[in-house]
Amino acid sequence: MKKKRYFGRFALTVLAAGFALAFLLPTVLTISNSFMTQSEISANYGKVFSNVSGSDGKTYIAETVNLKFIPDKVSLSQYINVLIRSPDYLLKFWNSAILVVPIVLLQLAVASVTAFGFTRWRGKVRAFLFFFYVILMLMPTQVTLVPNYLVSGWLGILNTRWAIIFPGMFAPFSVFLLTKSMRRIPGSLIEAAKLDGSSEWQVFKDICLPQCRSALYSVAILVFIDYWNMVEQPIVLLPDAAQQPLSVYLSTINANEVGLAFAIATIYMVPCLLLFLHGEDYLVEGIAHQGSVKG
Amino acid sequence: MKIGKAGGTKKKNGEKTAASKQRTARRAWDQGNERLRDTLCSMGFLGPSVTGVALFFIVPFLVVVYYSVIRSPINPEFVFLDNFKAVLQNTSFRTAAKNTAMFSVIAVPLAVVLSLSLALLLECRIPCKSLFRTFFLSPMMVPVASVVLIWQVVFHYRGTFNVILANFGVEAVDWLNSPYCLMVIVILFLWKNLGYNMILFMAALNNIPKELLEVADVEGASAAHKFFNIKLRYLSPTVLFVAILSIINSFKVFREIYLLTGNYPYDGLYMMQHFMNNTFNNLDYQKMSTAAVLMALVMVALIALLFKAEDIFGKDVEG
Repeated sequence: MKKKRYFGRFALTVLAAGFALAFLLPTVLTISNSFMTQSEISANYGKVFSNVSGSDGKTYIAETVNLKFIPDKVSLSQYINVLIRSPDYLLKFWNSAILVVPIVLLQLAVASVTAFGFTRWRGKVRAFLFFFYVILMLMPTQVTLVPNYLVSGWLGILNTRWAIIFPGMFAPFSVFLLTKSMRRIPGSLIEAAKLDGSSEWQVFKDICLPQCRSALYSVAILVFIDYWNMVEQPIVLLPDAAQQPLSVYLSTINANEVGLAFAIATIYMVPCLLLFLHGEDYLVEGIAHQGSVKG
Repeated sequence: MKIGKAGGTKKKNGEKTAASKQRTARRAWDQGNERLRDTLCSMGFLGPSVTGVALFFIVPFLVVVYYSVIRSPINPEFVFLDNFKAVLQNTSFRTAAKNTAMFSVIAVPLAVVLSLSLALLLECRIPCKSLFRTFFLSPMMVPVASVVLIWQVVFHYRGTFNVILANFGVEAVDWLNSPYCLMVIVILFLWKNLGYNMILFMAALNNIPKELLEVADVEGASAAHKFFNIKLRYLSPTVLFVAILSIINSFKVFREIYLLTGNYPYDGLYMMQHFMNNTFNNLDYQKMSTAAVLMALVMVALIALLFKAEDIFGKDVEG
């Protein structure tokens, strides 16, 4: 009996490890491949990224691809190429950052104020408004892009960064999550502060914000990853190639720069991975609080 | 407590004097004042966001609705459903709708079942749970653009997957340009979304009253019985939530497809967003407005379903 149970645990662990491997592989492979030299990349993957002009025809190109974990020779040449020789990619990275950082900060600022409004005062009108925000949050980009496109046209900000930043600033996603966590703050805390004669703004600033610090952090991570990843918005609202973020640019990468692509892909995921490793617990808590859609 | 209070006021109303009348009037005035102040305050806090949402989403969406029922911006003749008929008969729109629906039908049940299995797996007594949680969740944070290279290498005609299959005598397939192309995207979708859903399930599993499970243990219930009769009952709202969330996420899968295959993918991968992009490129306001309105209607229907179901299941668990 006991033996059987041990066996069961062992089998489950193996199963979990198998899943873990599958989940980790793509990330790990991207990172490890970024340390290969260009010739090794074209030897391994030449056939996939077809028109690789194998330098002078002498390089050996495998008939089929050859997915490798560990580079033959660890080299930083791709990184040196990306960082020093072709500043183009750095520029795209900068494009991503200059879009995403303002969106995260502005959206959090607007959303925390709004969430406080939805927490402190309830009523039919505000309940309806909140319900409306939830619906808007659930709308896919296919729906919201058309209105965004129209309004950007009217304001004359089409094809500028503002066309993405403004709608991002007012996106209702973080309003929803922050309201949910602010409603967890015990009412007595707010009442006590009110009795002490604090104004609403002081209650917001001195009680609500510090109380939801972890929620703010997790929402910031979620918003960051969402916009760091965005593809639809730049394609439609910011067609100017020079201003497009790295996410879009990576897909148009030239076939004979595959080696570079792995290095760029790695650089591109570094901010996300750092945020994840630092804030995982907050993130898990934030997701768990999402629970249900109703307010 | 409420009843006591009500009784108190009744008593007061009984002995009406001129002074108390004045006091009540004063109180009503104060209350009115406070109410006004509250409204003003809440408007101050909600104002910026509501203005922004109105400007960037609601007002232009109303214009979109308007565009969807007129002939053209230059010739604003009211045509009611003509645009809808035209779009619904459009072959690209049909392909896009069919593919999007097809993808949801395949991906959503898998997303629910697999993420629930992962959550249950992490409930079992296995070592290094938190490490596994981190691993399962990590794809969520990896930008799709970063891993599409790996997907391309694996599922290419001469890719790794075919090399492995060749060992079993299966003929090579160009996965992204075959009827199986949706499966490649489903795998990418699951890889990315399972972790998030798993966290939702883990939180829900945590909320199941422990006593209930203990009683079941004492009474010698089997694991399967416990799962189906206790856990699944308590999980049903979360199952629903994850399902809706997955449906919504499945509409976003264009991103992955675009990064993998560009603007003109294999027919089976032509999604709603591709259709929208093409109408954007042609600046066909009628088509894109109508498609957006249709999509919004479908979403509203789905969300209504979600709320309805949350009502039913929510009551079921509480009662």
